[in-house]
Amino acid sequence: MSTPVKGIATRLGSLSLGLMLATSSVGAWSAEKLVIESWRNDDSKIWNDIIIPAFNQQHPDIELVFSPTPPSDYNSALQAKLQGGTAGDLITCRPFDVSLSLYTKGNLQDLSNLAGMENFSDFARSAWVTDDGKETFCLPMASVIHGFIYNKELFAELNLEVPKTESEFFKVLETIKSESRYVPLVMGTSDQWESATMGFQNIGPNYWKGEAGRRALIDGSEKLTDPQYVKVWEQMAKWGPYMGRGYEAQKYADSQNLFTLGRGVIYPAGSWDIPTFNDQADFEFAAFPPPVPDGQDSCYISDHTDIAMGINAASPNKEAARTFLTWMASKDFAELYSNQLPGFFSLSNHQIEIKDPVAQQFLGWRQDCEQTIRNSYQILSRGTPSMENELWNVSTQVLNGTLSPEDAAKQVEAGLQQWYAPHQ
Amino acid sequence: MSQPSSIQRRFPWHILFFLAPGLLIYVTFSVYPLLDTLWLGLFQEDATGQRFFAGISNYQTLLLDAAWSEPFWNALWNNTKFFIIHMLVQNPIGLFLAALLSSPRLRLSNTYRTLIFMPTMLSVVIIGFVWQLLLSPIWGISEGFLYSIGLGQYFDAWLGKESSSLITLALISVWQFVGIPMMLIYAAMLSIPDDLIDASVVDGSNAWQTFWNIKLPLILPTIGMVSILTFVANFNAFELVYAVKGALAGPNFSSDIMGTLFYRTFFGFQLQSGSITMGAAVATLMFLIILVGVMLYLFVVQRRMKRFQL
Repeated sequence: MSTPVKGIATRLGSLSLGLMLATSSVGAWSAEKLVIESWRNDDSKIWNDIIIPAFNQQHPDIELVFSPTPPSDYNSALQAKLQGGTAGDLITCRPFDVSLSLYTKGNLQDLSNLAGMENFSDFARSAWVTDDGKETFCLPMASVIHGFIYNKELFAELNLEVPKTESEFFKVLETIKSESRYVPLVMGTSDQWESATMGFQNIGPNYWKGEAGRRALIDGSEKLTDPQYVKVWEQMAKWGPYMGRGYEAQKYADSQNLFTLGRGVIYPAGSWDIPTFNDQADFEFAAFPPPVPDGQDSCYISDHTDIAMGINAASPNKEAARTFLTWMASKDFAELYSNQLPGFFSLSNHQIEIKDPVAQQFLGWRQDCEQTIRNSYQILSRGTPSMENELWNVSTQVLNGTLSPEDAAKQVEAGLQQWYAPHQ
Repeated sequence: MSQPSSIQRRFPWHILFFLAPGLLIYVTFSVYPLLDTLWLGLFQEDATGQRFFAGISNYQTLLLDAAWSEPFWNALWNNTKFFIIHMLVQNPIGLFLAALLSSPRLRLSNTYRTLIFMPTMLSVVIIGFVWQLLLSPIWGISEGFLYSIGLGQYFDAWLGKESSSLITLALISVWQFVGIPMMLIYAAMLSIPDDLIDASVVDGSNAWQTFWNIKLPLILPTIGMVSILTFVANFNAFELVYAVKGALAGPNFSSDIMGTLFYRTFFGFQLQSGSITMGAAVATLMFLIILVGVMLYLFVVQRRMKRFQL
């Protein structure tokens, strides 16, 4: 409540039905309107029908408008709107440098002492803090976890066990290939990002030991040409024969369709695939974490901090925006968001209950495995060539069989050497 | 004619009046943005978004720093291949179709003309989507079709292979735009007077000789124009590659052309942040390449071309 008048109005409203009409008209007269910029156009319905009404139950005096832009246009459109002074009050933050540069340009507010920020660990905030870790400029919303989703019915049909180690994994793939006509591993390389995201960043943390390796890469004590990185590409080089025919021209949507039509068995996934599969697959599916290298006891998963919310520094309604963000830091929001969008896991410390069984499985790995984020996201993609782009490119070529794992490692390392001092 | 010399010629205001609207629109929406782009390419931005004058350093980076110059030359070379394929496939086919269409013995020529021109009017996004489906190794019909004519073993995931993705994209583009050279050349052929053709027939020339000695020289200026239009359109191409392969134009940048390189530089891509000033430098180079191409054509080719008064 920003002013006492509104507070009274709201209280009266909740007291009597007769006053409802009057209150709502007062509300409309004094309402502060907040516009949310976002790239999640898939989530419009959930925001409009569930999240915003839930917020308005507690804060009827703040009007919220969810105004998404298609994901591929978001960064450039937002940039243009911020420069032109027409951007919304609340800004959905991409992780790391894209948002950091908005903050250094003065487009985002410092949120370090926002009420509710204490509910987020340093790990959760890591994608939206300055390099020295002192200032936080976006409120973390959700992370996505990588793993493999498999078709339970086909596993039963072929008598397969969920693989725990690398060699079991390839044994399962071999069985599927030799004993059935199903595609063992459903993934394509045409869009390239799956190769890096669902391939390299999915199975990699087990090799470079999660956060330890990620930090070592940033401070320069490890190089991508070190064996633990080359091994990841060596594993991926073995995937090719198990991927479907013509996987070089297979797009992300093709892969999703192949899996949900029941033509493929194992799908290297991100947890964000769960809602799509819930809608489209008429069979039971489940998930397993990336198999560990033979003989390794500890496991690591990519639990990637992906989405957050910040305040436009030029917004005239900053108080209302802070009220909203504080609400977003609450347990209510965490539960609402994680359950409405299974696969996007709240980053807050609240104990929440997730109803979707597959999302539960993904979340359960947080207990057994160490978490890390994608190693190319912090600092290392800042220069030219961007390490993320390089990873897409070389991982795709390794899967296509046109580049050897050693050369892939050399190429990415050479790219870093061109501009990043700790690797020079 | 005895004009009294004391009367001064009045300034022809009406000419200015009639030119003004077009000139104004052209200057605001073409000349000004172009000059602004050229100017913007000379600046750089620091981390806080402050712009400062940097002279030609953007161009030095772009042409001399390996991290930038390799993608640049790669894109330029790919773009050249894209253009060569259009020149070797699209324009000869357009000429051939125009020659067929203008044959008086062909029935339903209007229907063919409309059908062949149809893809040109469709959105590139639709073309990209349709061809991806046709060529898809999973859902596509191309494989079955090739098997039915006994060439099944040659089928491959053409759009996904480093060696074939650019050629495939270029051929899709040829398929879409072949209607334009066809229409232009067809119109030029229709304007050839019948008595010329009749005279050649009377003189005993066969169909091939008529085409080679009479029609071709007369439509040569049109073919020149078609070539320069193809050149400009190809070096500005972007949509098809973006729609089919995305901005990273893979695999291994094998389908990267100037348009996609510009897009990545200007708008950024994934974690690569965009640079407006560097983007302007790439756009300027694209402009210069097209300018040089058009100049070469105007001063070297067009001046030597013979034109015949019909």
